[in-house]
Amino acid sequence: MGVVLGLYCSGTLLLAAIAAVPLGRARLGSIAVYAACLAVSLVALINALAALLGLAPASDAVLPIGLPWLGAHFRLDPLAAFFLIVVDLGGAAASLFALGYGRHEPAPRRVLPFYAAFLAGMNLTVLADDAFSFLLSWEFMSLTSWALVMAHHRERDNARAGYVYLVMASFGTLALLLAFGLLAGPAGAYGFDAIRAAHPGETAVALVLILALLGAGSKAGLVPLHVWLPLAHPAAPSHVSALMSGVMTKVAIYGFVRIAFDLLGAPGWWAGMTVLVLGGITAVMGVLYALMEHDLKRLLAYHTVENIGIIFIGLGLSLAFRADGMILAAALALTAALFHVLNHSLFKSLLFLGSGAVLAATGERNMDRLGGLIRRMPRTAFAFLIGCVAISALPPLNGFVSEWLTFQAILLSPDLAQWGLRIASVSVGALLALSAALAAACFVKAYGISFLGRPRSESAARAREVDAWSTGTMILLAALCLLAGILPGFVIDALAPLARPLVGANLPAQSAMSWLTIVPIAASRSSYNGLLVFLFIASSGGLAAFAIHRLASRTLRRAPPWDCGFPEPSPFAQYSSVSFAQPIRRVFGSVVFRAREAVTMPAPGDARPALLAVTLRDPAWDAIVAPVARAVGFAAERMNYLQFLTIRRYLSLVFAALVAILLILAIWQ
Amino acid sequence: MDNLVFDTAHLLAGGLVLMSFVLLYQDRLYALLNIFALHAAILTLAVAWQAWFQHEPHLFVTAAIALGFKAIAIPLALRRIVARLGIHREVETVIGIGSTMLAGMALVALSMVVMLRVTAGAAPIAREDLAFALAVVLLGLLMMVTRRNAVSQIVGFMSMENGLVLAATGAKGMPLVVEISVAFSILIAFIVIGVFLFRIRERFDTVDIRALDRFRGERR
Repeated sequence: MGVVLGLYCSGTLLLAAIAAVPLGRARLGSIAVYAACLAVSLVALINALAALLGLAPASDAVLPIGLPWLGAHFRLDPLAAFFLIVVDLGGAAASLFALGYGRHEPAPRRVLPFYAAFLAGMNLTVLADDAFSFLLSWEFMSLTSWALVMAHHRERDNARAGYVYLVMASFGTLALLLAFGLLAGPAGAYGFDAIRAAHPGETAVALVLILALLGAGSKAGLVPLHVWLPLAHPAAPSHVSALMSGVMTKVAIYGFVRIAFDLLGAPGWWAGMTVLVLGGITAVMGVLYALMEHDLKRLLAYHTVENIGIIFIGLGLSLAFRADGMILAAALALTAALFHVLNHSLFKSLLFLGSGAVLAATGERNMDRLGGLIRRMPRTAFAFLIGCVAISALPPLNGFVSEWLTFQAILLSPDLAQWGLRIASVSVGALLALSAALAAACFVKAYGISFLGRPRSESAARAREVDAWSTGTMILLAALCLLAGILPGFVIDALAPLARPLVGANLPAQSAMSWLTIVPIAASRSSYNGLLVFLFIASSGGLAAFAIHRLASRTLRRAPPWDCGFPEPSPFAQYSSVSFAQPIRRVFGSVVFRAREAVTMPAPGDARPALLAVTLRDPAWDAIVAPVARAVGFAAERMNYLQFLTIRRYLSLVFAALVAILLILAIWQ
Repeated sequence: MDNLVFDTAHLLAGGLVLMSFVLLYQDRLYALLNIFALHAAILTLAVAWQAWFQHEPHLFVTAAIALGFKAIAIPLALRRIVARLGIHREVETVIGIGSTMLAGMALVALSMVVMLRVTAGAAPIAREDLAFALAVVLLGLLMMVTRRNAVSQIVGFMSMENGLVLAATGAKGMPLVVEISVAFSILIAFIVIGVFLFRIRERFDTVDIRALDRFRGERR
């Protein structure tokens, strides 16, 4: 049991990846590979659950590979176990979905080997217990996911998505490499236990924290390092999108938590402030981006950015509380963030799988060509609706619980010592509330445009419900979302062994409370009972539906002849995703995205249609990525000169470099 | 006795640096090769002296390799190459001899400053040896950089390697196998470069590497 079993699972996945190379040609090859991935993920999931619930003690293992004097250390402690649950739950769901969805894959040989290897990479990253194996697995995970992004490399924009992703992933790994280099110190102690024992100076702590924020943040999608995410996540096959968005971003969060909470000792309050503010900006920006989007998968990818922001708000609060010695509040914020990690992995996997089902049924990702799918694909529509409600943080689903816990932590922030932190956390609370409201608007749009109304295209009108594997997976994930929402106390209790070593305290045991209520701080302050809310909503909703059907539907009604444009036979008279977002685009977009609308009205008598063109600029791309790219291009252009020197010139350069280093040595000492 | 040991080692290492300087201002290839043979011979003496007072008999093997290969075989072979190519007059320097010498003096000063400080804890003989060895390496590199003729670049390369051997013997405990493999790799490098010389000559009728650069269409 424990880490050894986890390593066996990763090894089996790697073997499956190798076996998938020849199997990709076989007719049932993809089913075999996905079934193997499913089985291994389930075993790893049970193993991690046992470790988290304390059935198996924390265990470690050393493999004689990697650096000769170090070996490869692996360890399964509660933090790793929790993230392993997230990884393997997502992996199992995606594999189960792919049992049916994989049939639509045009080039399985480009997907299968990398899919299994990607799962193995994520497992190994979480299990790693020294900097070398961590970075190696991290980079392996990045590269395999890059290969999956490039699976459909002939489609428009996918090559660019892969390129941007590769650049950002390399940048992130570089930042993490430097962070671990600083952590290891001059002695090169790369084992995590040696790093934990060392106490770096204040400058080193600050640098490591910023580098970890850059490295993990670029992988997770922290604004402004998120630019690759909405390009790359939708480009992959949908079950891989679900993995990348729902799970891989969580591995990045794991990296940040591991460094900032576990390895780094205690950074000052400014660390919490930085993370908090970045999280708040990320949350609002992510949801605003998502609202402007009309491609279903890109919308979901932008929403991942928003949820990463919410998670980072929780982490930042926890860092701030910990620096001020309020360990119970720190435990609350950390629990909220980690709970949201689990929740987001559940509903984002569900939504991406749902978008994959829509893509398989209609061949469309553009919401303005969908519509009316609730009648054609009722099971997918139901599961997608649950996911939408969950991600919009509406009770009684799981998204509400974790955001509510985050708000509880924000409400404790007036007790903080620093004025800056108090003001920052209250403003971030306002940002969080704004992003929650905008997220709800965004998913009303996503669901309403895609599933309600009338079909906007021929392919949407002819959509057929997807296979039983796919719908089964989605309904399973929806059930898990509901379960985590109405029984949050068990999740919070399971997170207790994580919080204690990281912040020094954990929340009081929730399962001891009566009626499954959760009381994070004190009953006089706040409490929430998901089960009661669920029962109330279910009963009142059922009663209302019954009453309407019994009393209203059967009675004779007089309706107005001109009913909100609905009698108009053309489906284009309906709301479109662009028109739905117009109010919000006018309020926020004109400032943030410099949104401009240009109306081209043909002259009377002209038969051309009138056009409304909306242009948006991406501030993160314009302000940060594009200048950096230009600077790199400029430098590369200048350095190009070096490629065409004579041999003697090259020797002179070597010579000059040597002399310069010696001179520095002579002056320095 | 200790003073004599130290002074002799110092003298021989200093002689190696001096020969490197002499290499720098040669403008005939035969003379260059002769000085290079002398360079290797002094290296042989220096290594043999180290072997004697360190009581390390295997260093005598190193000295023998230096004498056999570098002082006799390679200069002779290079002489034959030069004779067959008929290029004994061609030593073209990039910058003037005077400024090269000045740069060389600055390099020696630099290596003294660096090495004597860095090795503050080491034995005095090793310190001096390392400082002189670094000077020889830098001078060899300087020679490679400031010459256009391929043969004098080889000589610069070989003299640089002599500096490395001096450093290696000064530092106690360098295994014999490393010495032999270094000597062997130098021989291989020499053979490869020699073959290339003839190929270059065949193709371009000169061993001036500017011809190569022109052929590759490069800037200078």
